[in-house]
Amino acid sequence: MTRKNVWFASLATPVVIAILLLLAGSTSVTANDQPSAANAAVKIDNFVFGPQTVTVPVGTTVTWTNSDDIPHTAVSTDGVFKSKVMDTDEKFSYTFTNAGTYSYYCSIHPKMTGKVVVQ
Amino acid sequence: MPNKKQDRIDQQLQDLTNDGVDRRGFLKCMAWAGTGLVWTMSGGIPVSRAFAKNNSKDAGVAADFSFVQISDSHIGFNKPANPDVTATLQVAINKINAMPRKPDFIIHTGDLSQLSKPSEFDTLDQALKGASAKQIHFVPGEHDMLSDNGDEYLQRFGKGTKGTGYYSFDHKGVHFVGLVNVANLKAGGMGSLGHEQLEWLEDDLKGRSASTPIVLFAHIPLWTIYPDWGWGTDDSEQALSYVKRFGSVTVLNGHIHQIMQKVEGKVSFHTAMSTAFPQPAPGTAPSAGPMKVPADELQRVLGITDVNYVVSGRSLAIVDSPLGDSGSSASGNVGALGVVDSPLG
Repeated sequence: MTRKNVWFASLATPVVIAILLLLAGSTSVTANDQPSAANAAVKIDNFVFGPQTVTVPVGTTVTWTNSDDIPHTAVSTDGVFKSKVMDTDEKFSYTFTNAGTYSYYCSIHPKMTGKVVVQ
Repeated sequence: MPNKKQDRIDQQLQDLTNDGVDRRGFLKCMAWAGTGLVWTMSGGIPVSRAFAKNNSKDAGVAADFSFVQISDSHIGFNKPANPDVTATLQVAINKINAMPRKPDFIIHTGDLSQLSKPSEFDTLDQALKGASAKQIHFVPGEHDMLSDNGDEYLQRFGKGTKGTGYYSFDHKGVHFVGLVNVANLKAGGMGSLGHEQLEWLEDDLKGRSASTPIVLFAHIPLWTIYPDWGWGTDDSEQALSYVKRFGSVTVLNGHIHQIMQKVEGKVSFHTAMSTAFPQPAPGTAPSAGPMKVPADELQRVLGITDVNYVVSGRSLAIVDSPLGDSGSSASGNVGALGVVDSPLG
């Protein structure tokens, strides 16, 4: 609701679309902010979730990949999802079936936080 | 005049610390691994002085007892920063075993393992069985609590502890408290002790004489070093408020894989080197991840910490030693305790 969040979301959207385009392959993705692809990616690099906010349609599977030499987790602040510990190059996926804003963090390094906005 | 050199060092230290701090509470550095540097933090400014070679013997005899702190062994880590962390742990143990005076016990300030795996804990356990000091006191790091709420750690290394693994014990007049600040961490926060543990700590210290030297040890620093990297503990101030009335308080931490020291009144803070891999100085890298150094330099940035306690002055001397063969490279007078950090190499 804050101006800052709106700004983050609008900044993140083109990035998300670019990632979706990369991931989707032959799946068609419309160019008007309403991608129909069902995958999105978050990369963990240098103790940062990137992008920090992903905005995706309902039904999207988000996959986190740990590119650090140190293990990380992605744990929903509200207990909606909780990854196992991801060591280097390990992944975790979760499919978002309900609209909403899902805040999460790394339970090992709680300064690391991120957000999935499901529309 | 065997004490002449020691007197001179004491005088130097007094000069260095001429900052209005109560002298009685400010204790002498009794570093015994003589080839290093004396580090003092005075008003936040680190000062180092070279130690003469012969002091090691005198001070070693003077100490009433000593113990060793090791930290951040990360058994299971196998990336380029150090592909063989078991070998460097062994170097650290060899260094302990080669000490002229056998330490009474070892404190491990957490991150025994990389991924809390039983095999990693087994390897650490086996290696430490070869240490001259048989008594080892542990606190967990965040890497030791990765699965099943730390049950694997607690079953092996936390027998008889309270809650998430905290406890206290007394040794030759010094009260030691092992605290856990890596459990139930909150989103956006740093290390956390939690209400239950804080209550226990207050109760544990209640009724103890203010002249009892206190040593607090925990994995994540109990003072805020660099919040952006989570190098601090959100509720440490409350914990420290319980030790304010004591004349000598020493806080030993790990987690940041490098030596940092600070003195605040009667409280001395000290962090130890890792036995596995170094981490960058705060803010000097994009993240706190493992720092890669040339292989032949690795053991110089890994190490162990000796702490010597002297009853007469109620002082502890802390010596940090590198794992490598250059002997101890820096020693620290951090107020109540003298510390010598020895790099491994």
